[in-house]
Amino acid sequence: MADTPTPSVAPSAPTLRRSHPLASREEDLRALTGGSVGVRPHLAMAVVRAAVPGPAARAAEDVLGTALPTRPNTWAPAAPGGGGEPGAVVWLGPDEWLVLADEPRPEALEERLRAALVPVGGSAVDVSAQRMSLRLRGAHARDVLAAGCAVDTHPAVFGAGTSAQTLLGQAGVVLLSRSDAGDDYEVLVRSSFARYLADWLLDAFVEHRGAEAPRDPAPDPVRPTTGGATP
Amino acid sequence: MSATLDRPERAGDPQAPFRTADGGRVDRSRTLTFTFGGRSLTGHPGDTLASALLSHGVHQVATSVKLGRPRGIGAAWAEDPTSLVQVEEPFPEPMLLASTIELYDGLVADGLPGQGRLADLPDSARYDARHLHVDLLVVGAGPAGLSAALVAARAGARVALVDEQAEAGGALLGGTDTIDGRPGTAWVEAAVAELAALPDVMHLQRTTVFGVYDDGFALAVERRTDHLGGAAPQHLSRQRVWRVRARRTVVATGAHERPVVFTDNDRPGTMLAGSARTYLHRYGVLAGERAVVFTTNDSAYQVAVELADAGVDVTVVETRERAPVAWSAACGARGLPVRTGSVVTGTEGVERVTAALVAPRGGGAPEALPCDLLLVSGGWNPAVHLYSQARGRLRFDAVLGAFLPAEQLPDLDVVGSAAGTLDLEGCLFTGRETGRAAVAALGLPEVPRTPQADPTVDPPPPASDPDLLWVVPAVDGDASRQFVDVQRDATVADVQRAVGAGLRSPEHVKRYTTIGTAHDQGKTSGVVMSGILGELIGAGPQDVGTTTFRPPYTPVAFATLAGRDRGAMFDPERTTALHDWHLAHGAVWEDVGQWKRPRHYPAPGEDMEAAVLRECAAVRSGVGILDGSTLGKIDVQGPDAGVLLDRLYTNLMSSLKVGRVRYGVMCGVDGMVLDDGVVLRLAEDRWMVMTTTGGAAKVLDWMEEWLQTEWPDLRVHLASVTEQWAAFPVVGPRSRDVVGAVFPGVDVSAEAFEFMTWQDTQLEGVPVRLARISFSGELAWEVHVSSWHAEEVWHRLVAAGQEHGITPYGTETMHVLRAEKGYPIIGQDTDGTVTPQDLGMDWVVSKKKADFVGKRSFARADNQRPDRKHLVGLLPTDGETVLPEGSQVVDVPLGEDLPAPPVPMLGHVTSSYRSAFLGRPFALAMLQGGRERVGEVVQLPVGGRLVAAEVTGPVLVDPEGARRDG
Repeated sequence: MADTPTPSVAPSAPTLRRSHPLASREEDLRALTGGSVGVRPHLAMAVVRAAVPGPAARAAEDVLGTALPTRPNTWAPAAPGGGGEPGAVVWLGPDEWLVLADEPRPEALEERLRAALVPVGGSAVDVSAQRMSLRLRGAHARDVLAAGCAVDTHPAVFGAGTSAQTLLGQAGVVLLSRSDAGDDYEVLVRSSFARYLADWLLDAFVEHRGAEAPRDPAPDPVRPTTGGATP
Repeated sequence: MSATLDRPERAGDPQAPFRTADGGRVDRSRTLTFTFGGRSLTGHPGDTLASALLSHGVHQVATSVKLGRPRGIGAAWAEDPTSLVQVEEPFPEPMLLASTIELYDGLVADGLPGQGRLADLPDSARYDARHLHVDLLVVGAGPAGLSAALVAARAGARVALVDEQAEAGGALLGGTDTIDGRPGTAWVEAAVAELAALPDVMHLQRTTVFGVYDDGFALAVERRTDHLGGAAPQHLSRQRVWRVRARRTVVATGAHERPVVFTDNDRPGTMLAGSARTYLHRYGVLAGERAVVFTTNDSAYQVAVELADAGVDVTVVETRERAPVAWSAACGARGLPVRTGSVVTGTEGVERVTAALVAPRGGGAPEALPCDLLLVSGGWNPAVHLYSQARGRLRFDAVLGAFLPAEQLPDLDVVGSAAGTLDLEGCLFTGRETGRAAVAALGLPEVPRTPQADPTVDPPPPASDPDLLWVVPAVDGDASRQFVDVQRDATVADVQRAVGAGLRSPEHVKRYTTIGTAHDQGKTSGVVMSGILGELIGAGPQDVGTTTFRPPYTPVAFATLAGRDRGAMFDPERTTALHDWHLAHGAVWEDVGQWKRPRHYPAPGEDMEAAVLRECAAVRSGVGILDGSTLGKIDVQGPDAGVLLDRLYTNLMSSLKVGRVRYGVMCGVDGMVLDDGVVLRLAEDRWMVMTTTGGAAKVLDWMEEWLQTEWPDLRVHLASVTEQWAAFPVVGPRSRDVVGAVFPGVDVSAEAFEFMTWQDTQLEGVPVRLARISFSGELAWEVHVSSWHAEEVWHRLVAAGQEHGITPYGTETMHVLRAEKGYPIIGQDTDGTVTPQDLGMDWVVSKKKADFVGKRSFARADNQRPDRKHLVGLLPTDGETVLPEGSQVVDVPLGEDLPAPPVPMLGHVTSSYRSAFLGRPFALAMLQGGRERVGEVVQLPVGGRLVAAEVTGPVLVDPEGARRDG
């Protein structure tokens, strides 16, 4: 529909205070993994649905400035959204993608996409707060992934540009490979599982922290017995 | 034990008189101290507990499980049926084999009479797991496995070489074979070094592949730090489970020597012949000084000759009429007597064998040959366990006298002794060829054949056919001391009894006799049992077959399988954006699925009942706030969204106007309630479906299933936004003041903001959605905001509510408030057999829609019965008793006592609480024909008495709905 992407004015981020689930883990994640794990909070994300090939897919590509990857389990870099770091478009299914973008107003990503896609049969949903982005880098990255992820991460089969929707530990994740050397991965995890995954990663890195004694795990809180389901 | 023996001290070690002067792979420069049975002993790095015990002449390890008979060390590795010990230090662990425990300083162990004892203190060691993907998994690093791994690794394959012992080499470690004119172990070292230099080779020692499954999946357990004892680093996992996915697998697991059963064959000092050779060459230990070698085949002659060369007084008892030609010269040169055509019919001794009773095979008086070591070889059983787990069929090879792989599996090869190739040259050759074939099957470039580079070995001596002998008949006919499964104290007499009871299958005999059910899973006893069974029922081994080989090959500890999934990581804890706030405000948690939700926030000194009464009262009299972020939320977009929702909800959704909210119920195809919640129409083509917390994933799957499989023509897209949106119900008569204060741009008057409508607003540029939804009957708004801003918006609501005494409340209070209004909780008040009509919600079932999921089932006769259970309220007439949830309503008239069972039941209590508003306890119940019983008094047995309760409608608070608008 749109031949040229809508020029996006870069509005400043709202002043309302933001928080994220890993604020209490960020320092540990950096310090106890030798800097191997980084947290990238407040990344704008949207789920895009469009039939390929088709007008909705073309409209999405116009907005994103990149082709929608159609090979299963791949991702492609996308043009910077609001003037920040380059984003990414991740294949999630034959007609479904997850868009990552550096946007001060995350809802603006959905607005731009919906404006272009909805008239031609596509859709877009703001899911910026639905997931957290973690970066896993360094020589131990593959070993730590192998501790809880059944996907083969050998660079020969999972090099830069590949992705997977899988489990890490017991948390569902979208895993992006960002290197052909097997030493740089992005892990997108549902926000409610972010702390579990952070604690799981900290635990997995104990192996690589040398002789330093592992941190005592927090005592298990008393779990009350409960009735049935809760709305 | 062997103190009576006349024993010359050896030069090597006066402390350990049975240690040879030199040789073996133990590090004699270092001495380890350990304690066994309270006795302090020494050994060397490289020893097992068994080899160290043997070096001190200790053979008896334990007594047997049922009969209390002394038991010793039966072998040199995992096939050992007898040397079970309990490790006490550094950490208590039962049921380990002395023959597989690597010795370490400070080890404290005791022999076990068949059963061990679990530690009563927590295991502080780490256990973890790794996934591993390879082209080729090679199980066993003996000559065959190493050869296969080398060929594949050189071709560039991703290879995992996995071996259960402390070092690679397999049988070469315990022998004297040479390769290329050098000791076989030198060839092993070179092969290991070459593999280590290749980037895609994972070489794991101390790692047992214990299970092979479909599609190249294999499980292995690596013992990473066990051998370090108390010095094991805490940051390394003690054991690790490897989950291997291999495109092809090579099983090179060797063979287990097989015993021959005879009377009193369980006395300490009785051992598999090849194991004595391993103890000699690998550990530098003589298992005895005067040995009788009882054999049916050639392999034990090498043991006899080498023990004789080491100074042991050896006599060979050969079942065959003629000794093998190839070995006669060697025996003759050493003056080594060979009694052909003879068998061992029994033994003498108590804690240690002192004599073997030897008689001509055809009969005749036994002669006692004094000995302190009785070595037995009844042939070899290829270790076909993993092949068999992979569903490979077996055949009985009459010449070899063993079960062998009978077929080529598509992606699994068996090589070396495991395939019945018992000589070194054959193992090296078949290993290489299998490696080459694997490379070709994997589609890798062919490996050029360079015969001149292949290792060469001396040709094996010509072999003569082995004899096949399962059991030497008891001289006195008493088979009750002829042990088939020595660990289980199960004898030939037990097999005879099983046959007498009519059992014919080895599977049945196994279960009847327990043969093969001990720690070793019948590695030495299983095939022997089949052989004996065949003789008893007049069938050959091929007809009898074996029992099924099942994982695990060797025992695996539960702690290892649990890995890191324990404690707080046993199951993920899902948290909302407000988790830290709840924690800081003393929330008591309720686990709702995987979510952590505040159940209530007790003030100092409050118990749950007091806290919930206070929270309930605050909500109904002032204002309360709940973290409802766990509610499932699904974004539904597209021109046909209304059509989809009309087909899935029982009521009409498409007629909802933009800006409005509607409650809806979803049913299964059986017409039973599946989930409920509200739906917000956000735009002509966009809706927000809210589900229960527990139903979020299920409902999305349900919707996607219908959309993708039944109605792919509908132009609708679904997306989960559960964690995108935080949701806070602000509830109570003062909620208008709080919401109005925080969102001044919104007119919160009853006229401008009607019940069941929503409005969008902004807070400092951040979108916020307000919806007038009530799950309590009170005036209420639900505040929806991106989880990024959840904390801040919550803080502002709480701050604005201070002057109204805003009270955070938890799920328990929410439950009470909704129950007072008769709102059911799907999954608590319903159980998958409840229709909307049963819940008194006929109004939510559309009479206009042509169809929707569940509609047809409502017409079933059973769904029309007047005596179906209905949701009703119950008021205990004493005004005091809180009926336990699950209590049964019994059909017993007032004034009558509970009759003898069976007691007729009318229904059960689904929810029960104390109500602050009513000032009394109340309950919801599913009651037969309940709506017709309103006003009746029914009875429920509670703690041994009958409690009377009046049946009411389910709505107990504000039935006219006056509180809804404040």
